[in-house]
Amino acid sequence: MITTMGNMVEMVRSIGRKVLNSVERMGRGHIFIFHTLMSVGIVFKEFSLLLKQLHSVGVLSIQIIAVSGLTVGMVLSLQGYNTLVDFGAEQSLGQMVALSLVREMGPVLTALLFAGRAGSALTAEIGLMKVTEQLPAMEIMAVDPYRKVIAPRFFAGVISMPLLAAIFSAIGVFGGYLVGVELLGVDAGGFWSQMQSKVGLYEDIINGVIKSIVFGIVVTWIAVFEGFDAAPTTEGVSRATTRTVVNSAFAVLGLDFILTALMFGGA
Amino acid sequence: MENTAQNSQLNHPSDLLVKMENVSFSHGSRVILDGINIDIPRGKVTTIMGPSGTGKTTALRLITGQILPSSGRVIVDGLNVPDLKRKPLFELRKRMGMMFQTGALFSDLSVFENVAFPLREHTDIPESMIRDIVIMKLQAVGLRGARDLMPSELSGGMSRRVALARTIVLDPMMILYDEPFTGQDPITVGVIMQLIRKLNDSLGLTSVIVSHDVAEVSNISDRLYIISGGKVEASGSPAELKSSNSEWVKQFLEGRPDGPAKFHYPACDYTEDLLGK
Repeated sequence: MITTMGNMVEMVRSIGRKVLNSVERMGRGHIFIFHTLMSVGIVFKEFSLLLKQLHSVGVLSIQIIAVSGLTVGMVLSLQGYNTLVDFGAEQSLGQMVALSLVREMGPVLTALLFAGRAGSALTAEIGLMKVTEQLPAMEIMAVDPYRKVIAPRFFAGVISMPLLAAIFSAIGVFGGYLVGVELLGVDAGGFWSQMQSKVGLYEDIINGVIKSIVFGIVVTWIAVFEGFDAAPTTEGVSRATTRTVVNSAFAVLGLDFILTALMFGGA
Repeated sequence: MENTAQNSQLNHPSDLLVKMENVSFSHGSRVILDGINIDIPRGKVTTIMGPSGTGKTTALRLITGQILPSSGRVIVDGLNVPDLKRKPLFELRKRMGMMFQTGALFSDLSVFENVAFPLREHTDIPESMIRDIVIMKLQAVGLRGARDLMPSELSGGMSRRVALARTIVLDPMMILYDEPFTGQDPITVGVIMQLIRKLNDSLGLTSVIVSHDVAEVSNISDRLYIISGGKVEASGSPAELKSSNSEWVKQFLEGRPDGPAKFHYPACDYTEDLLGK
C-alpha cells in the first residue's frame, strides 16, 4: 500500500518535472527568438554572412527538394489518373496535381525535407560550435553570437523555405506532366488549361506561400534553438539533432492543419 | 601563505587587476565556490590550481562575466563584473583575452582569418594593416608559415598557439588560460609555458592560468592559489607553497593518492558491503 502510494507520488513528481522543464524550455525558446529578431540588422550590415548561409541552407537543399518534387508529382499523377479516368475526368489531372502540390504537398513536404536535411545540419553545426567552445569564445571576444551565428542562419532558413517549396511544386507539376501526358496519354492542352483556369493566384498560390513562410520560421527557429540550447557534449548534440527533426515534423503537421482550416476550412 | 599575507603586499588597490571578494557560486543545490577570495596582481602570472571539478574554470567564467556569482563581488579593473550590463561588459571583454582548453578556433575560418577575426569585428583598420598585425602575432607564436591552414589541419598544440595569437591580437590587458597544457606533448607544453611567460613580460600583460599541472605552472607563475571543495586551501608564491606544512598542500603538490583528499568515494564499510549486510 505504502509502496503504491510512493510510486504514485513519484509519478506525479516526474510529470510535474517534465511539465516544468517544457515550460522553461518554451520560455527560453521565446527569449531566444526575441534576441534573434533583434539581431536582424546584421543581415543587412554583413550581407555576405546571409549569402553564405543561403548557400548552405538553401542551395545545397535544392537537390533533395528537386528529386522529391519530381517523384511526388509523378506518383500524384499516376494515382490521380487511375481515379479520374473512372469518371472520364482525366483532363482534370493537371488541376488535381497542381492544387495538391501548391496547397499542401509543396509546403508540407518541403518543410519536412528541409527539417531533415538543413534543420538537422543547423542544429549539429551550432551544437558542435558550443561543444568546441566557439560560441563562448565569441562571447569572450565581445562578439554577439546571435548576430554573427544565429541571425544569418535563421533568416537564411526563412528566406529559403518558400523558394524551395516553389521549386518543389514546379518540379512536381513537371513530374505530373511527364507521367500524365507523356506516359499515360492525357491531352496536353487539357492538362495545362485546366490547371491554368482552376489554380488561383491568391487562394491557392499565395496561401501556399504563406504556409511555407510560416513553416520556414518555425522549422528554422526549432533548428537553431535546439543547437544553441544543446548540452555541450556529443550526446547532447545528438539528442538536439533528433529533437529538431521530430519537433519540426510535429510542428509542421499541426500547423498545417490549423492553417488549412483557416485558409480553406469554410470553402 | 594565507590570503591576508599576500594582500598585505598589495597595499594599493591599483596593484590588483582582479579581486574576487567572498564569491560563492552554486549550480542547483551543488555549491561549486564557497566564499572564495582571490587577488590577481597586475603584470603577474597567477595560477589557480586544484583537483578536477573544484571550480577552477568556474572562477575564470566569473571573471569574464559568462556566469554570475550567487553572492560576492568580482572586480576587474575597478568594475564589479556582475553589475555590468551587456554593453559595458562587452567593452570590458575587449580588453581581456581567453584561451580555451580546446583552442576554440572557428572551424570555417583559416588560421589567418581566425587571428584577424577580433580586428575585423572591433576595429576599422585597413586590410594591409590587419595583414601586418596578424603576421606579427603569428610570428610571435611561431606559426607565421601556417597562416593558410584550416583548423582541422592543425595539431592540438598548434591550435592553442593560434588561439593565443588570436587572444593577443587586440593587445588585451589580461589573458585567461583555461587548462593550457592538458593533453599536450612535452615539447608543446614547453613551448606554451615559454610563450605565456614571454608574452606576459614583453607585452606587460596580466595572466591568469587555470591548471592542475603542478610542475609546469610552478615554473612560470608568480602566485599560486590552490582551491578545493569550493574554498581556497592555500595561496602564495611557488616557493612558499613548496615549503608549506599543510598536509593538503603537500598531497596536492606531490600527487599523493591518499591523504586529506580521500582516494575512496564515501561508502559504507567495505567488509559489511562484501558480506551483504
